[in-house]
Amino acid sequence: MSLQHLSEDSIVEAHDLHFAYSDRPVFDGLNLSIPRGKVTVIMGPSGCGKSTFLSLLGGRLVPDKGRISFDGTAVPSKSGPELYAMRRKMGMLFQKSALLTDLNVFDNVAFPFRETTRLPEALIRIQVLTKLQMVGLRGACDMQPSELSGGMARRVALARAIALDPLIIMYDEPFVGLDPISMGIILKLIRNLNDVLNLTSIVVTHDVTEGCEIADYVYLLDGGRVSGSGTPEQLSTQSDPAIEQFMQGLADGPVGFHYPAKDYLEDLAG
Amino acid sequence: MMRSNSVIEIWVGIFMLAGIASLAMLAVQVSGSGFSSGETYRIEAKFENVGGLASNAPVMIGGVRVGRVGGIRIDPEEYVPVVSMDIEKRYDQLPDDTGASILTAGLLGAQFVGLSPGSSDIYLEEGDELEFTQSAVQLETLIGQFLYSQDNQ
Amino acid sequence: MDSIARLGRYGIDFTFRLGESVLFLVSAIRGAAASLSRWGLIIEQIYAVGVLTMLITIVSGLFVGMVIGLQGYYQLVNFSAESSLGLVVALSLVRELGPVLSALLFAGRAGSALTAEIGLMKATEQLAAMEMMAVDPVSRIIGPRFVAGIISMPLLAALFSAVGVLGGYLVGHGQFGIDQGVYWTSMQTGVDLVEDILNGVIKSVVFGVIVVWIALYEGYASAPTSEGISRATTRTVVWSSLSVLGSDYMLTGLMYGG
Repeated sequence: MSLQHLSEDSIVEAHDLHFAYSDRPVFDGLNLSIPRGKVTVIMGPSGCGKSTFLSLLGGRLVPDKGRISFDGTAVPSKSGPELYAMRRKMGMLFQKSALLTDLNVFDNVAFPFRETTRLPEALIRIQVLTKLQMVGLRGACDMQPSELSGGMARRVALARAIALDPLIIMYDEPFVGLDPISMGIILKLIRNLNDVLNLTSIVVTHDVTEGCEIADYVYLLDGGRVSGSGTPEQLSTQSDPAIEQFMQGLADGPVGFHYPAKDYLEDLAG
Repeated sequence: MMRSNSVIEIWVGIFMLAGIASLAMLAVQVSGSGFSSGETYRIEAKFENVGGLASNAPVMIGGVRVGRVGGIRIDPEEYVPVVSMDIEKRYDQLPDDTGASILTAGLLGAQFVGLSPGSSDIYLEEGDELEFTQSAVQLETLIGQFLYSQDNQ
Repeated sequence: MDSIARLGRYGIDFTFRLGESVLFLVSAIRGAAASLSRWGLIIEQIYAVGVLTMLITIVSGLFVGMVIGLQGYYQLVNFSAESSLGLVVALSLVRELGPVLSALLFAGRAGSALTAEIGLMKATEQLAAMEMMAVDPVSRIIGPRFVAGIISMPLLAALFSAVGVLGGYLVGHGQFGIDQGVYWTSMQTGVDLVEDILNGVIKSVVFGVIVVWIALYEGYASAPTSEGISRATTRTVVWSSLSVLGSDYMLTGLMYGG
């Protein structure tokens, strides 16, 4: 299991994490740790709580039981200065990009500077142009979010996420709905930014191919727990049927093709 | 899309001005009170009966508004109503034998004070009291008088 | 049994939302206080909720004033009391129709737009993104809109009443030939600065708080889907209209009853 990592230098640790939405349990004793400086991919079927994990880490949700810590301190359970101070060290790329619709590209990337720092405008300009250059969109400075393609919007959001030079960056389903070229760009960016800026990256996805391509380390989630972990090579050679089904994308297996129902013939007979 | 900042600011400025101007218009033109009337001086007059006269009612000379009724109270000794009127400063040359009567605009309209200037050389000043007054004509009294005069014929 | 259960469920749901919206109001007021130092944001929102509602308010005010002018004249002329037309127009506008109708228009035009905007920001994760950027969406997004609504509402109501009084004048003087001095004088005799105009302003401030509160809450609590946003927008218009009319009854009772 993942415990082998606890001894190494890890930046995020979850210990015996329990969480449930009012009617639906999500995590049931989750243990995992994210190694510093690596790209860690968390994979699992839809609804297994991958995105919920990011919300817990960002302090937008509070665990029912257990502990989640970031950079050595527990994530505060209450909104306040401590939580905001912690979030300043995190960047997050949302699935829907979440650009502010009434600001243009430049102002979107400048937003975190203007709202949380007192830098002079000239300095902000340099910072914003640098970040936009990194994602290759310096030329799109004056465009409105509505004029951007899905892939471009995601890159602008990425520039905004790394604006304040965070320690970690979280990607929530970064590969959904992209054309092959944009997909290639995003994959390259995640790897490059991680290595150049000396970040730690957490990628949450259900795309096995892309996830394995980029990962240094992979966690598989299922049923509220870690069902498997390791480097992509280790996982692809595992013989556990559940892991095999997910990694190969098989229609039938431990997760059945048929939703549980009463006997077919009985049902037809009425 | 949001418009540029200066356009927004101009529009907001226009909006705020229009709103405040409306408030001022309601306060001054509609309620007839507030800061428009400028400086006034106050004169008083005793009436037998003020009828339906109310505060803020206009004070007019020949149909021109010169002031407004500031308040109505009862004289504690004579038990008659005393009407105080705030007259605008620019009408400061009213003779001291000016008369006041309470009139009605139309048959059932609002009541106001009508002043009829006399011929004296001395002008009214702050706090003066008018001597010649005529009370409100009450419809009931009028009808009573009419019936009485019919009887006598 | 099913319908009883549904009624109970509805009651529980309603109580829950009511409590939640009160908590929301408290944090919105805190956000509003925090946003007072940022006039730029507030001015942007006054443009969105006030300036964009101005035209519809002026046009409606003019027509309402003209209609009261007509109806008032037809009734008053029976008692040859048409000289009181100005008073009738002014009192009905300043006391009731100005604050109430402009608040209903405000709910339909600005309130629904606010709900849709906030709902969309939630559905496209903009609010969550702000939280993750260590920016509090309540003071950055909710606060300025709350302040802007409270500033705009009394100005819109005053605009409505003022234009309405002019509309009544157009009908009374232009169509029926009532002397302009008589029109304005009857108004000035009967309308009191505190009792009528100030109370009208107080009413419109209260309505402003109610409409913006409901609109922002519905947007903030909407389900982050297109269906959720459209339902929330409808709820904003329905609930804020009902609340405006209900609270108008109570305010009128308090102001003119005692």
